[in-house]
Amino acid sequence: MTADLWKSLFGGMLIGTGAAALLLLNGRVAGISGILENTVRGVVGEQGWRLAFLGGLVLPAAIVGLGPIEFSRGLPLLAASGMLVGFGTRLGSGCTSGHGVCGLANLSPRSLVATLTFMIIAVATVFIVRHGALL
Amino acid sequence: MKFLTALLAGALFGSGLLLSRMCDPQRVLAFLDVAGHWNPALAFTMGGAILVAAPAFLYVRRRHTNLLGESTELPDRFKISGPLVAGSAIFGIGWGLSGICPGPGLLLLTGGSVQSLVFVGAVIAGSLALRFMPSGKQA
Repeated sequence: MTADLWKSLFGGMLIGTGAAALLLLNGRVAGISGILENTVRGVVGEQGWRLAFLGGLVLPAAIVGLGPIEFSRGLPLLAASGMLVGFGTRLGSGCTSGHGVCGLANLSPRSLVATLTFMIIAVATVFIVRHGALL
Repeated sequence: MKFLTALLAGALFGSGLLLSRMCDPQRVLAFLDVAGHWNPALAFTMGGAILVAAPAFLYVRRRHTNLLGESTELPDRFKISGPLVAGSAIFGIGWGLSGICPGPGLLLLTGGSVQSLVFVGAVIAGSLALRFMPSGKQA
Protein backbone atom coordinates (compact mmCIF):
# COMPACT_ATOMS: atom_id res chain seq x y z
CA MET A 1 0.00 0.00 0.00
CA THR A 2 1.33 3.42 -0.91
CA ALA A 3 2.20 6.14 1.62
CA ASP A 4 -0.67 8.17 0.23
CA LEU A 5 -3.22 5.48 1.04
CA TRP A 6 -1.78 5.00 4.55
CA LYS A 7 -2.26 8.73 5.12
CA SER A 8 -5.83 8.43 3.88
CA LEU A 9 -6.44 5.53 6.26
CA PHE A 10 -4.84 7.23 9.29
CA GLY A 11 -6.69 10.43 8.46
CA GLY A 12 -9.90 8.43 8.41
CA MET A 13 -9.05 6.89 11.78
CA LEU A 14 -8.58 10.40 13.20
CA ILE A 15 -11.99 11.36 11.81
CA GLY A 16 -13.47 8.26 13.46
CA THR A 17 -11.75 9.16 16.75
CA GLY A 18 -13.30 12.62 16.60
CA ALA A 19 -16.75 11.15 15.92
CA ALA A 20 -16.29 8.63 18.76
CA ALA A 21 -15.15 11.38 21.15
CA LEU A 22 -18.18 13.56 20.39
CA LEU A 23 -20.49 10.59 20.93
CA LEU A 24 -18.83 9.22 24.07
CA LEU A 25 -18.19 12.56 25.81
CA ASN A 26 -20.97 14.80 24.49
CA GLY A 27 -23.56 12.20 23.54
CA ARG A 28 -23.84 13.76 20.09
CA VAL A 29 -23.53 12.52 16.52
CA ALA A 30 -20.87 14.28 14.43
CA GLY A 31 -23.10 15.18 11.48
CA ILE A 32 -21.56 18.34 10.13
CA SER A 33 -24.47 19.53 7.92
CA GLY A 34 -26.86 19.41 10.88
CA ILE A 35 -24.39 21.00 13.30
CA LEU A 36 -23.77 23.81 10.80
CA GLU A 37 -27.46 24.48 10.18
CA ASN A 38 -28.31 24.54 13.88
CA THR A 39 -25.38 26.83 14.60
CA VAL A 40 -26.33 29.41 11.97
CA ARG A 41 -29.88 29.37 13.37
CA GLY A 42 -28.39 30.19 16.76
CA VAL A 43 -29.10 26.73 18.20
CA VAL A 44 -25.59 26.15 19.53
CA GLY A 45 -26.54 23.54 22.14
CA GLU A 46 -25.47 23.12 25.75
CA GLN A 47 -22.38 25.21 26.51
CA GLY A 48 -22.23 26.05 22.82
CA TRP A 49 -20.96 22.57 21.90
CA ARG A 50 -21.90 22.97 18.24
CA LEU A 51 -19.90 26.17 17.91
CA ALA A 52 -16.99 24.53 19.75
CA PHE A 53 -17.06 21.50 17.44
CA LEU A 54 -17.05 23.67 14.31
CA GLY A 55 -14.27 25.82 15.77
CA GLY A 56 -12.22 22.72 16.53
CA LEU A 57 -12.93 21.36 13.05
CA VAL A 58 -11.33 24.30 11.26
CA LEU A 59 -8.58 24.88 13.85
CA PRO A 60 -5.95 22.44 12.46
CA ALA A 61 -6.35 23.85 8.94
CA ALA A 62 -6.17 27.40 10.31
CA ILE A 63 -2.91 26.55 12.11
CA VAL A 64 -0.99 24.46 9.58
CA GLY A 65 -2.68 25.64 6.39
CA LEU A 66 -4.69 23.75 3.79
CA GLY A 67 -1.90 22.67 1.49
CA PRO A 68 -2.48 22.59 -2.26
CA ILE A 69 -6.15 23.06 -3.10
CA GLU A 70 -7.69 23.29 -6.53
CA PHE A 71 -11.26 24.32 -7.24
CA SER A 72 -12.19 22.91 -10.58
CA ARG A 73 -15.18 25.08 -11.33
CA GLY A 74 -16.19 28.71 -11.47
CA LEU A 75 -18.25 30.59 -8.92
CA PRO A 76 -21.72 30.02 -10.44
CA LEU A 77 -21.19 26.25 -10.38
CA LEU A 78 -19.83 26.37 -6.83
CA ALA A 79 -22.90 28.35 -5.77
CA ALA A 80 -25.23 25.85 -7.42
CA SER A 81 -23.29 22.96 -5.89
CA GLY A 82 -23.46 24.52 -2.43
CA MET A 83 -27.21 25.13 -2.68
CA LEU A 84 -27.82 21.50 -3.67
CA VAL A 85 -25.49 20.24 -0.91
CA GLY A 86 -27.20 22.40 1.72
CA PHE A 87 -30.75 21.62 0.65
CA GLY A 88 -30.13 17.93 -0.02
CA THR A 89 -28.31 17.18 3.21
CA ARG A 90 -31.06 18.81 5.27
CA LEU A 91 -33.88 17.09 3.37
CA GLY A 92 -32.04 13.77 3.72
CA SER A 93 -30.99 14.51 7.32
CA GLY A 94 -27.29 13.92 6.83
CA CYS A 95 -24.17 14.18 4.73
CA THR A 96 -20.89 12.29 4.35
CA SER A 97 -20.19 12.62 8.09
CA GLY A 98 -23.66 12.03 9.56
CA HIS A 99 -24.78 9.18 7.28
CA GLY A 100 -21.48 8.12 5.66
CA VAL A 101 -19.31 7.87 8.78
CA CYS A 102 -21.53 7.94 11.89
CA GLY A 103 -24.58 6.21 10.41
CA LEU A 104 -22.57 3.38 8.88
CA ALA A 105 -20.55 3.03 12.11
CA ASN A 106 -23.92 2.67 13.86
CA LEU A 107 -24.82 -0.14 11.40
CA SER A 108 -27.86 1.83 10.27
CA PRO A 109 -29.69 0.52 7.17
CA ARG A 110 -31.23 4.00 6.83
CA SER A 111 -27.79 5.59 6.56
CA LEU A 112 -26.64 2.84 4.20
CA VAL A 113 -29.48 3.73 1.81
CA ALA A 114 -28.62 7.44 2.11
CA THR A 115 -24.88 6.82 1.58
CA LEU A 116 -25.36 4.51 -1.41
CA THR A 117 -27.77 7.05 -2.92
CA PHE A 118 -25.46 10.06 -2.66
CA MET A 119 -22.40 8.05 -3.71
CA ILE A 120 -24.05 6.61 -6.84
CA ILE A 121 -25.60 9.96 -7.82
CA ALA A 122 -22.27 11.77 -7.23
CA VAL A 123 -20.43 9.21 -9.38
CA ALA A 124 -23.08 9.61 -12.10
CA THR A 125 -22.81 13.41 -11.89
CA VAL A 126 -19.02 13.34 -12.26
CA PHE A 127 -19.35 10.91 -15.15
CA ILE A 128 -21.78 13.18 -17.00
CA VAL A 129 -19.72 16.32 -16.35
CA ARG A 130 -16.33 14.80 -17.23
CA HIS A 131 -17.12 12.19 -19.80
CA GLY A 132 -20.58 13.07 -21.06
CA ALA A 133 -21.55 15.56 -23.69
CA LEU A 134 -22.40 18.21 -21.10
CA LEU A 135 -20.17 21.22 -20.33
CA MET B 1 -16.58 20.73 29.93
CA LYS B 2 -19.02 20.07 27.04
CA PHE B 3 -17.45 22.99 25.21
CA LEU B 4 -13.93 21.59 25.60
CA THR B 5 -14.78 18.00 24.66
CA ALA B 6 -16.64 19.22 21.55
CA LEU B 7 -13.65 21.41 20.64
CA LEU B 8 -11.34 18.41 21.02
CA ALA B 9 -13.64 16.15 18.98
CA GLY B 10 -13.85 18.78 16.24
CA ALA B 11 -10.07 19.21 16.19
CA LEU B 12 -9.55 15.43 15.83
CA PHE B 13 -12.11 15.33 13.02
CA GLY B 14 -10.54 18.34 11.29
CA SER B 15 -7.02 16.90 11.61
CA GLY B 16 -8.27 13.73 9.94
CA LEU B 17 -9.79 15.64 7.03
CA LEU B 18 -6.50 17.49 6.65
CA LEU B 19 -4.23 14.43 6.91
CA SER B 20 -6.35 12.44 4.45
CA ARG B 21 -6.49 15.55 2.22
CA MET B 22 -10.24 15.17 1.82
CA CYS B 23 -10.35 18.99 1.87
CA ASP B 24 -8.93 18.94 -1.67
CA PRO B 25 -11.86 18.84 -4.10
CA GLN B 26 -9.68 17.21 -6.78
CA ARG B 27 -8.98 14.24 -4.54
CA VAL B 28 -12.67 13.68 -3.88
CA LEU B 29 -13.51 14.07 -7.57
CA ALA B 30 -10.75 11.56 -8.40
CA PHE B 31 -12.58 9.03 -6.22
CA LEU B 32 -15.97 9.81 -7.77
CA ASP B 33 -14.53 9.65 -11.31
CA VAL B 34 -14.63 5.90 -11.78
CA ALA B 35 -14.10 6.21 -15.53
CA GLY B 36 -10.99 8.39 -15.20
CA HIS B 37 -7.79 8.02 -13.15
CA TRP B 38 -9.63 6.49 -10.21
CA ASN B 39 -8.15 7.22 -6.77
CA PRO B 40 -9.42 4.92 -3.98
CA ALA B 41 -8.23 7.24 -1.16
CA LEU B 42 -11.72 8.28 -0.04
CA ALA B 43 -12.72 4.66 0.54
CA PHE B 44 -9.71 4.16 2.85
CA THR B 45 -10.57 7.33 4.74
CA MET B 46 -14.22 6.43 5.16
CA GLY B 47 -13.40 2.84 6.04
CA GLY B 48 -10.86 3.90 8.67
CA ALA B 49 -13.32 6.36 10.19
CA ILE B 50 -16.16 3.83 10.33
CA LEU B 51 -13.95 1.10 11.88
CA VAL B 52 -12.78 3.40 14.67
CA ALA B 53 -16.18 4.95 15.38
CA ALA B 54 -18.14 1.66 15.31
CA PRO B 55 -17.20 0.47 18.86
CA ALA B 56 -18.27 3.84 20.29
CA PHE B 57 -21.66 3.53 18.58
CA LEU B 58 -22.00 -0.07 19.75
CA TYR B 59 -21.35 1.05 23.34
CA VAL B 60 -24.01 3.78 23.20
CA ARG B 61 -26.49 1.57 21.32
CA ARG B 62 -26.27 -1.09 24.02
CA ARG B 63 -26.22 1.14 27.10
CA HIS B 64 -28.22 4.19 25.98
CA THR B 65 -25.67 6.32 27.82
CA ASN B 66 -22.36 7.90 26.88
CA LEU B 67 -19.04 7.27 28.70
CA LEU B 68 -20.00 9.79 31.37
CA GLY B 69 -23.22 7.92 32.15
CA GLU B 70 -25.43 10.58 30.57
CA SER B 71 -28.58 9.40 28.82
CA THR B 72 -27.84 9.25 25.06
CA GLU B 73 -30.22 8.34 22.26
CA LEU B 74 -29.00 7.60 18.74
CA PRO B 75 -30.91 8.56 15.57
CA ASP B 76 -33.44 6.12 14.12
CA ARG B 77 -31.65 3.38 12.15
CA PHE B 78 -34.47 1.93 10.12
CA LYS B 79 -36.80 4.61 8.73
CA ILE B 80 -36.27 4.75 4.98
CA SER B 81 -38.40 7.51 3.45
CA GLY B 82 -38.87 9.54 0.28
CA PRO B 83 -37.17 12.64 1.72
CA LEU B 84 -34.20 10.51 2.82
CA VAL B 85 -33.61 9.22 -0.71
CA ALA B 86 -34.54 12.45 -2.53
CA GLY B 87 -32.40 14.58 -0.22
CA SER B 88 -29.44 12.23 -0.55
CA ALA B 89 -29.78 12.24 -4.34
CA ILE B 90 -29.86 16.07 -4.43
CA PHE B 91 -26.80 16.13 -2.16
CA GLY B 92 -25.08 13.67 -4.50
CA ILE B 93 -25.57 15.99 -7.49
CA GLY B 94 -24.15 18.95 -5.55
CA TRP B 95 -21.22 16.91 -4.23
CA GLY B 96 -20.43 15.56 -7.69
CA LEU B 97 -20.44 19.06 -9.22
CA SER B 98 -17.77 20.47 -6.90
CA GLY B 99 -16.20 17.58 -4.99
CA ILE B 100 -16.94 19.45 -1.76
CA CYS B 101 -19.19 18.31 1.09
CA PRO B 102 -20.00 20.33 4.24
CA GLY B 103 -16.99 19.41 6.45
CA PRO B 104 -14.28 20.03 3.85
CA GLY B 105 -16.18 23.15 2.76
CA LEU B 106 -15.73 24.62 6.24
CA LEU B 107 -12.02 23.72 6.23
CA LEU B 108 -11.63 25.46 2.88
CA LEU B 109 -12.89 28.70 4.49
CA THR B 110 -9.58 28.95 6.37
CA GLY B 111 -7.85 29.58 3.02
CA GLY B 112 -9.93 32.74 2.66
CA SER B 113 -10.78 32.08 -0.99
CA VAL B 114 -13.82 33.61 -2.67
CA GLN B 115 -14.70 30.11 -3.88
CA SER B 116 -14.97 28.73 -0.35
CA LEU B 117 -17.07 31.69 0.79
CA VAL B 118 -19.47 31.27 -2.12
CA PHE B 119 -19.73 27.52 -1.54
CA VAL B 120 -20.34 27.66 2.23
CA GLY B 121 -22.70 30.63 1.85
CA ALA B 122 -24.71 28.61 -0.66
CA VAL B 123 -24.73 25.54 1.64
CA ILE B 124 -26.18 27.68 4.44
CA ALA B 125 -28.74 29.26 2.08
CA GLY B 126 -29.72 25.84 0.75
CA SER B 127 -30.16 24.33 4.19
CA LEU B 128 -32.22 27.26 5.44
CA ALA B 129 -34.34 27.19 2.25
CA LEU B 130 -35.87 23.90 3.35
CA ARG B 131 -37.17 25.58 6.51
CA PHE B 132 -39.07 28.16 4.48
CA MET B 133 -40.79 25.68 2.22
CA PRO B 134 -44.42 25.04 3.17
CA SER B 135 -43.95 21.27 3.18
CA GLY B 136 -40.32 21.41 4.23
CA LYS B 137 -39.96 18.22 6.18
CA GLN B 138 -36.76 16.37 6.89
CA ALA B 139 -36.29 12.69 6.34
